[in-house]
Amino acid sequence: MNRSHRVRLAAAAGIAAVAMVIAACSSSGTTSSKPSGSGSSSALTSSAPGITPTSILIGSHQPLTGVAAPGYSEIAPAANAYFQYVNAHGGVNGRKITYKYLDDAYNPTQTVSVVHQLVLQNNVYAIFNGLGTPTHLNVVSFLNSSKVPDVFVASGCGCWSNPSTYPETFGWQINYVREGKILGSYIAKHFKGMKIGYFYQNDEFGQDGVKGLDYMIPKAQVVAREAYNVAATNPAQEAGGLVAKLKAAGAQVVVSFSVPAFTALLRLSEVTLSYNPTLAVSNVGSDPITLEGLLNSFAKKTGGFGATLIQNIITDGYLPSLGSTSNSWITLFKKVHDSYVPKLPFDGNVLYGMAVGYTFVQAMLKAGRNPTRQDLVSALNAGNFPQGPSVAPYAYSGSSHDGITGAYIGVIRSGVLVPQGDVLTTDNTATGAVSPDMTAQPTAPASGVPSP
Amino acid sequence: MTLLRHLAAAVVAALLLLLLSVKLDAFRDYQLAQVTYYAIAVAGLTILIGLSGQLSVGHGAFMFIGAYTTALLLLHAHWPLEAVLAASAVIAAVAGGVVGVAAARLRGPYLAGATLLLAVALPSITSRWQGVLGGDQGLGVAVNTPSVLGATFPPTRWLAWVGCACALITFVLLANLRHSRIGRSWRAVRDDEVAASLSGLNVARLQVLAFVVSSACAGLGGAMLAIVNASATPGTFALTLSIQLLTAAILGGLGSLAGAVWGSLVLVYLPTYITNVATSHGLSSSVGANIPIVVYGAVLILVMLLFPNGIQGGLRRLFGPAAPAAAAPFSVLRRRVPATDNQKEGTS
Repeated sequence: MNRSHRVRLAAAAGIAAVAMVIAACSSSGTTSSKPSGSGSSSALTSSAPGITPTSILIGSHQPLTGVAAPGYSEIAPAANAYFQYVNAHGGVNGRKITYKYLDDAYNPTQTVSVVHQLVLQNNVYAIFNGLGTPTHLNVVSFLNSSKVPDVFVASGCGCWSNPSTYPETFGWQINYVREGKILGSYIAKHFKGMKIGYFYQNDEFGQDGVKGLDYMIPKAQVVAREAYNVAATNPAQEAGGLVAKLKAAGAQVVVSFSVPAFTALLRLSEVTLSYNPTLAVSNVGSDPITLEGLLNSFAKKTGGFGATLIQNIITDGYLPSLGSTSNSWITLFKKVHDSYVPKLPFDGNVLYGMAVGYTFVQAMLKAGRNPTRQDLVSALNAGNFPQGPSVAPYAYSGSSHDGITGAYIGVIRSGVLVPQGDVLTTDNTATGAVSPDMTAQPTAPASGVPSP
Repeated sequence: MTLLRHLAAAVVAALLLLLLSVKLDAFRDYQLAQVTYYAIAVAGLTILIGLSGQLSVGHGAFMFIGAYTTALLLLHAHWPLEAVLAASAVIAAVAGGVVGVAAARLRGPYLAGATLLLAVALPSITSRWQGVLGGDQGLGVAVNTPSVLGATFPPTRWLAWVGCACALITFVLLANLRHSRIGRSWRAVRDDEVAASLSGLNVARLQVLAFVVSSACAGLGGAMLAIVNASATPGTFALTLSIQLLTAAILGGLGSLAGAVWGSLVLVYLPTYITNVATSHGLSSSVGANIPIVVYGAVLILVMLLFPNGIQGGLRRLFGPAAPAAAAPFSVLRRRVPATDNQKEGTS
């Protein structure tokens, strides 16, 4: 018995080893491209991992399934659609972009796993637009120690702007502190003396937003601070309990830093409790089309049910409103949408994906004809990054890796974000003013592709 | 003698794994490290269910304890890695002892329910003590590759080495335990508690001991998980993790240590492999992202239909010598039924 046992144990170890060797061999197509020196200025070279004379390979982790998937799962396909449009119009310096985005289900462990795969196995040039604060925080050290550019993280956490610790990492969208300040200044001005309640995600996303709100809203006005756990086993119950507390505290205005699913649950719980405060929601959780769909599906209703519930929600926008159909950027992205991803709704997530895709193409053009990984980082550190689809300038410089610096306040009317007043810009500090930005937004290039 | 043989087998396996880890690229090394943390935890669970006959649907909770112990010790106490790993196993074992005392009084679905509750509830303490446990954000876990290995040494290979070392030590200890008096007593308790206690065995004490051993393994697995993922976050220890462990144990073959390895290989390789196949065949991302879940389900159904005793049971039936039939996998769920002939002996 002992003998047979020993044989079995050894055999098991042996078989396991063989299985892994086979697995390793079956994927031995690793394409580590050698960085070649400065070639002649016209020849395209394999200047960095993931870059060949004809292609650029970039990767991302995205919530294609799971709790954050509704809405957000459209972002990567939309960015990819814009890349296909660029590829069809000559590419980036003649190179075609291949965008490989893998599902992490918004689960931090899976994020680590897929990012290792992209970097170590697929040899991507950069990680682009990795989505989520709790998810991306788990890979930011790995990416920086591996010297992989980590550009335009799809999260407004202030944590991406830390050039001394994370030189490779760059944010893109307005960070949550700035957004909190802009929303907060509007609320402080328009709802003077009223009772205000916060509803927010219990991580850096929600906490940063609350920090910004607190810079602007007098402490005495805030009667409730309710944080939800995004991984709650029963999200509806989680939201319901917190909304009951907001109601009990008598909040007349509720400010929410939530993902779309939780914004929808917040709204439904309000209906259940016949509680009707003024609702202000951060940009990431307020896309009208996504919310309408979620509300209808959660409540198992059709037609105008969702649309009625989102009417008059106050939010902010850092990209042109989808309602301004004459805006050159909206026209461009609508065109790309119609020819490459017509099945997706043309909503805020699709707009977001295309706009961040546009920014990446701008950055690659700035990085040079045969860019190394460092060239991309240097191009952003150089500052004066040209404004594109965003309504406010970027903050990129050697000392700040923050992206868009401002937004406008908007109100949802008939499913469309209607801008209220000027674009407001601000900084991350407690004392920095929220002030109107008077520079006009540039128009989209006629070709739809940024020029170098 | 048994100890020597197990040690010899472990040394052979260690050499094979060492060779393998050097051959593999950095990503495969990373996957190897992933396999080890699952294998360690699943090995503990398979012993608990397959040998002592107690069901735990919440083993992720003990991994959670191990992972957070590791994170906190590395963050605040700066202990050496081996001490941190040992401490994580010990603390998880203590927690396992407490749960085990309750578990020894519970049977069947009640035990399943109690352990399930643990897996669901425990991770939420991170929100209760946010300052210490970091809330939903979790804690960072930084382990440096030893400088003696050189600056260019792939960090993932070092992780694979640490993982393999932990796994081999765990497997040798568990294999010995199986073949000791305790292992035999566990089998007696599993097959018939009344008969076992009539033979003079202290049933409750044996059941608690099984819980302690198995949660120590889960704690060590959790510690490795935190190190490999460079973080401990509550999201990692959602109920799905506990279910995955249980699936791996059943898929591999309950009670079988080799089966624990098979189950872990399936957990790690199947999703990556299927995603690669799906994307390389140009499936749209929304379809491609859901395919691993479908295939995973299909694999579960197929294995249960074709190899009711798990992968290891199936392999033994196909290739093994005329060994006695393996234990019925769900004997746990019909405990009071007298053991039939083919339920007497566990698989190895």
